[in-house]
Amino acid sequence: MSTKEKTWWWIGGVLIVVYCLFPIAWILSLSFKTSADIANKQFLPSSWTWENYTTILTGSASDLFLPALRNSFGICLIATAISCVLSMFAAYAIARLDFPGKKLILGTALAVAIFPVISIVTPLFNLWRQIGLYDTWPGLIIPYLSLTLPISIWTMSAFFREIPWEMEQAAQVDGATTWQAFRKVIVPLAAPGVFTTAIIAFFIAWNDFAYGISLTSTNAARPVPAALGLFSGASQFQDPTGAIAAAAVVVTIPVVVLVLLFQRRIVAGLTNGAVKG
Amino acid sequence: MSQTTLPPVEKTRPVSAPRGTISDRSRAERKLGWMLAGPAFVVMLLVTAYPILQAVWYSLFNYRLTDPENRTFEGLGNYAVILTDWVWWQAIIVTVVITVVTVAVELVLGFALALVMAKALSSIRPVVRAAILIPYAVITVVSAFAWQFAFRIDTGFVNNWFAWLPGVSDTTDWFGGQASSLFVICLAEIWKTTPFISLLLLAGLAQVPEVLQEAAKVDGATWWQRMWRVTIPNMKAAIMVALLFRTLDAFRIFDSIFVMTAGANNTESVSFLAYRQTISRVEIGLGSAVSVLLFLSVVLIAFGFIKGFRVDLAQARGER
Repeated sequence: MSTKEKTWWWIGGVLIVVYCLFPIAWILSLSFKTSADIANKQFLPSSWTWENYTTILTGSASDLFLPALRNSFGICLIATAISCVLSMFAAYAIARLDFPGKKLILGTALAVAIFPVISIVTPLFNLWRQIGLYDTWPGLIIPYLSLTLPISIWTMSAFFREIPWEMEQAAQVDGATTWQAFRKVIVPLAAPGVFTTAIIAFFIAWNDFAYGISLTSTNAARPVPAALGLFSGASQFQDPTGAIAAAAVVVTIPVVVLVLLFQRRIVAGLTNGAVKG
Repeated sequence: MSQTTLPPVEKTRPVSAPRGTISDRSRAERKLGWMLAGPAFVVMLLVTAYPILQAVWYSLFNYRLTDPENRTFEGLGNYAVILTDWVWWQAIIVTVVITVVTVAVELVLGFALALVMAKALSSIRPVVRAAILIPYAVITVVSAFAWQFAFRIDTGFVNNWFAWLPGVSDTTDWFGGQASSLFVICLAEIWKTTPFISLLLLAGLAQVPEVLQEAAKVDGATWWQRMWRVTIPNMKAAIMVALLFRTLDAFRIFDSIFVMTAGANNTESVSFLAYRQTISRVEIGLGSAVSVLLFLSVVLIAFGFIKGFRVDLAQARGER
């Protein structure tokens, strides 16, 4: 590549970074504006303040935001854990064993993945009210499985297919016991795939809004995305924009940290599942 | 990491028993397979197939949650009500417009991003890769709020920055009309989901054999010719998978519309219509009928794609 060409690709790369980060920079900047500054029609605040963060963390919006944050973490982590365990067994069977119904399971996962969430919300809304699951953690964890399980099965079976399972026999030939072969050879090979799948499943559960807004009504189970829409400002008459921006920044921090730490794996997981899966 | 550092090993292909005879071993394997995969399979069916059947059942009744005593059997009455109502067709048009516009733009833009990423110098590649994952990982509701605040008359900077454009001024109310609201909604959707498409296309690009490129180059093909005649035909499978997933995803649009307009100014999508009937108006019967129709539309699109464009997922997986 000539130097000129290199410069162009470099500029292209920088443009992508700007494109991706611009709205995030904007919501970050907005979260530091004072209430008088919110309508200043500028990108940046004229004076910086932590006011909005105190509103959501200790102030008037904290009794809405903090329980929601706890709900979101709890519900998403449990849903991720359940779907990881279930899909670990399923993906092992799909990658390793020969049995009829493999296609059926992958096909079902695909069908569930394209399923319109709202079509499940309607019947669940009524059913959960009748059996007392409305506005509870299990009432969200169960439908979240419809989001996390299909992608987990696809991603994990794509990862498991790449594992050289012969290594297990090789280790046994070399004198390892079955358990040793599994623990020392297969577990380290499979762990990255399971871990990556867990991150992607967590992203998807964390992103949910439709279930959260429809199947909850109080702080008992309402997750953050649903709570964001219900914010009001420091007083009833204050515009909630600053508080919403601050809360948006707080819920974005965990996903940004995960992305920065595990970007290479996440990309592999996303593309493996869809293109090679 | 370990799986990438290991030397490539031939994938295990389970040896199946000869046809007609089922050995004890393969019967045991079959049993084990279903024992391991069964729970995941059953859970998937329980959380989707069961609710949709329930929705089909509810959709046959005139059933309001606030008035459960007067639940009456309507047959297909709810469907007749919906399909003869302009509200439904309005929602369909809005949803189709959003789907077509966003998917078309995302495909072109995503392809451009994929090309840049493929060529990006190793020095900035990790930065670009991390950045491209951010829109994918950010919550849709957060993205919708960011774009809404940017365009709103009171909180936004867009009117101020783009006042030099004809038709934009300090008082331009983007959320005051249907077309301009849909424009902002589409922008937010495109920003959020293009990176995902570009990652799929990047994986597809990597599967195009380098030899073909070189051969075309030697034969004197221009950059455009190589792009249209070599690269794109060879990554057709990846393009189709990206297209299928994004179309179905775009058709279900709900979060952005809820946050940005709440369906005002005729910007209601089919998903939002179903939500409003069920949750806001507690018309379980009507809402369920809308849900069933939405489900059927998604099935129809998926079916159309697979039959019409011959999307073969096995082919996309490189199994043939």
